[in-house]
Amino acid sequence: MVDQTAEMIARDGVDQETIDTVNAMSGKYKHGWETDIDTEYAPKGLSEDIVRLISTKNEEPQWLLDWRLAAYRRWLTMTEPHWAMLKYTAIDYQDQYYYAKPKSMAEKPKSLDEVDPKLLATYAKLGIPLREQALLAGVEVPEGAETRKVAVDAVFDSVSLGTTFKAELAKAGVIFCSISEAVREHPELVQQYLGTVVPASDNYFATLNSAVFSDGSFVYIPKGTRCPMELSTYFRINAENTGQFERTLIIADEGSYVSYLEGCTAPKRETHQLHAAVVELVILKDAEIKYSTVQNWYPGDENGVGGIYNFVTKRADCRGDRAKVMWTQVETGSAITWKYPSCILRGHESQGEFYSIAIANNAQQADTGTKMIHLGRNTKSRIVSKGISAGRAQNTYRGQVSIHPKATGARNYTQCDSLLIGDQCGAHTVPYIEVKNNSSRVEHEATTSKVDDDQLFYCRSRGMGEEEAVALVVNGFCKEVLQALPMEFAMEAQSLVAISLEGSVG
Amino acid sequence: MSALQKNRADLSARLGADVPKAVGFTQHARARAMARLQAMGLPHGRDEYWRYTAPDLLNGAVPNLGAQHPQGQLGAALGPLVLTFCDGVFDAAASSDLALEGGQITLLSTATTDLHFAQDIYGSLEERGQTPVARPFAALNTALAQEGVLLHITGKIAQPILLNYVAKAGQSDVILHHCIKLDSGAEATILEQGSLGARGNLVIEVDMAAGSALHHIRSQTSDDAALAVTHFFACLHANAALKSFTLCAHGRLIRNETVIELVGDNAVAHVAGASLTDGPDHHDDTIFITHQGRSCESRQVYKNVLKNGAVGVFQGKILVRQSAQKTDGYQISQSLLLDGDSQFLAKPELEIYADDVKCSHGSTSGAIDDTALFYLQSRGVPRAQAQALLVLAFMAEAVGEIASLDLAEDMRAQIEAVLQRSRL
Repeated sequence: MVDQTAEMIARDGVDQETIDTVNAMSGKYKHGWETDIDTEYAPKGLSEDIVRLISTKNEEPQWLLDWRLAAYRRWLTMTEPHWAMLKYTAIDYQDQYYYAKPKSMAEKPKSLDEVDPKLLATYAKLGIPLREQALLAGVEVPEGAETRKVAVDAVFDSVSLGTTFKAELAKAGVIFCSISEAVREHPELVQQYLGTVVPASDNYFATLNSAVFSDGSFVYIPKGTRCPMELSTYFRINAENTGQFERTLIIADEGSYVSYLEGCTAPKRETHQLHAAVVELVILKDAEIKYSTVQNWYPGDENGVGGIYNFVTKRADCRGDRAKVMWTQVETGSAITWKYPSCILRGHESQGEFYSIAIANNAQQADTGTKMIHLGRNTKSRIVSKGISAGRAQNTYRGQVSIHPKATGARNYTQCDSLLIGDQCGAHTVPYIEVKNNSSRVEHEATTSKVDDDQLFYCRSRGMGEEEAVALVVNGFCKEVLQALPMEFAMEAQSLVAISLEGSVG
Repeated sequence: MSALQKNRADLSARLGADVPKAVGFTQHARARAMARLQAMGLPHGRDEYWRYTAPDLLNGAVPNLGAQHPQGQLGAALGPLVLTFCDGVFDAAASSDLALEGGQITLLSTATTDLHFAQDIYGSLEERGQTPVARPFAALNTALAQEGVLLHITGKIAQPILLNYVAKAGQSDVILHHCIKLDSGAEATILEQGSLGARGNLVIEVDMAAGSALHHIRSQTSDDAALAVTHFFACLHANAALKSFTLCAHGRLIRNETVIELVGDNAVAHVAGASLTDGPDHHDDTIFITHQGRSCESRQVYKNVLKNGAVGVFQGKILVRQSAQKTDGYQISQSLLLDGDSQFLAKPELEIYADDVKCSHGSTSGAIDDTALFYLQSRGVPRAQAQALLVLAFMAEAVGEIASLDLAEDMRAQIEAVLQRSRL
């Protein structure tokens, strides 16, 4: 193994010093290495060795290892950003596992009986069929047992569990697999596009992700292809003290279309877990990507103990003319949400849309929004953001609309509405609007209000429970965004809205 | 040199060797302001609230005066009491008698008593206004200001008080600091007009007791090369009512900060601004309104007209504290870009910690409506005039915030004069 690595590096013309370093590293971890193979855990903490280890485990080529190491070295020189309206205890980056794989299949829950019944109850409330519940809970999925036409890639802790419907997708020429597999099977595509939308130097969390990402999904839709089914990824953090750093790369070649769904869950833990993902979308001429997220990471308990720290960089690059992207997100989980899915509207007449529901209850804090960067002529963007705060939660919309001088005839419409439930929470709006030519029209409006007493009273007078009434009013408030979701997700999201607000009234 | 070192060097250069020794009632306030200033340094481009306005020009050398744009006297029909400051120095010959029924006027340069009414105001509203956003130029002003008006209003004064600024010297670097105290139930109208100097730094601190009312109107039609930073700090107690309007035209770089705190219940604050910007001009309105009392109302109406590569900036914030239930907050910022080179940069913020509130903001940006222009031309109105009409109509909502009909008429006339002069 050691020799092999050294040889490979030597082949790529790397100097002797690096080879020595690698050899020294491998020697140092010789003992840990073998135990690691048994346990499939990387040692706790972050160092160059860990980066090398992740790369080796994923059997990555040299260029990717170099890319990761460059990112890691850059990350060491960066400082964590604190401009968001978020208060959290400092993250100890050395107190996390950066690579965790279920020890063996035997370690995974074999049947639903072994899964936390509360987790199952939540899924039941969500109306997710048992087949999927099993998948969500991390139970083994027998190959070919699916009946629904949604291709699923499930990422459990750091590794992909497998992707369904591969054969059918391959018939259409669609590549849908885990990113580690894509690195092995389609290196030219990955190398061409990885890091071109979110460069490794982009921001603190994206740089960290570039160094240590362990898995994620990869999608390539060939020219003129309409993806025959919705693609879906479920991310799940299971192991304690594990950071999840997945990387998603979707490429829609000219004239293609894909709808992609992303769901996230994590079990209840008393410690905060870090999730720093990067999603890159490349949209070429006349192509369209619809990207929907239902984020339901564990939000921590009522007192803010535990919960996921969710620091995510998502960006879409509309490279060709008339390219179109639509981000829809339902953010109900996580103790901390730091997420700004953005659109770079480079191609002429390209379009970006952002629909968001962010619900923060109890001690949750969310700072989320979007960026619309208009570079091409006649580009259009639309932002609809609905923020709901309850309990002691803080919910911030932070967005940027930037119209460059050459983006003549651009159009933006932004609407952000906030709803407050209770007098202990906060709702904030921080938009940045930059207009640099006069043929563009930019409109922004924002409102903040509380749940209307008259509407609640009406619902109550018709025999509804208080929570049910609030859920109904809130779902009405979110309707515009819920409608933008694909059918399967819309139902799930609607129930999720109600669940997230449980205990916020009365 | 690191950015911080450069900032420190800029600050010492700016302060110069001869910082005047403070005496009298302001000395403690000045010392504290100086300490604050030393701690925060001068603003630089990476400060969040200076991202759209590069402070370099303000930190640099004092420019020469540019072309002056004379204007009619504001509120002439109302026979105002005039206080003239020529290059930052009080000009008694060009001013009215300082005797005022229902109030008391003193000058900062002559007020040396230890128990002056202004000792609770001078520098204290500015100090409170430094959190959560640092305002270094205001601290600099408190530390160094040598002149200003100290106004104590005890009754209802119908006669407006006009602060008339005249710039004559080539490179005047003017610092003025006014304190205005309104007793319970007092009422006054304060007018400001003219150019402070080649570089101006103005701070106005207004303490409004319960049930008092202040009407503030400013016509900042200065000269072409002027640089100015102004801060208007106001603290409103129960049922107090403030109305403030600023017309801003010309000026190379103008930054107007308005910091209002509604501490009492049922207080009302309306701030409005109209800005006509041409050529390399850069106008920045930065507003921060804090709601602390219950059932208060605040309203911000800002309109920018931009052409020839001018830049308009609006940063407005409404902060509603948890105690401020039943708040009604409204904010609108709109810009009209008359050509493709101009820019409008806005950051309209809401930060809300109370649930029973009604808060909204809106911001729009675009070109003049071609259909409206075409209609007016089809009715025989020449294009230039039609455009001026549409600009006036666009400004109307902001001008409508002026309560006095006479003063609103004066403002409209001044806007028309600017439009004609610059053929906007």
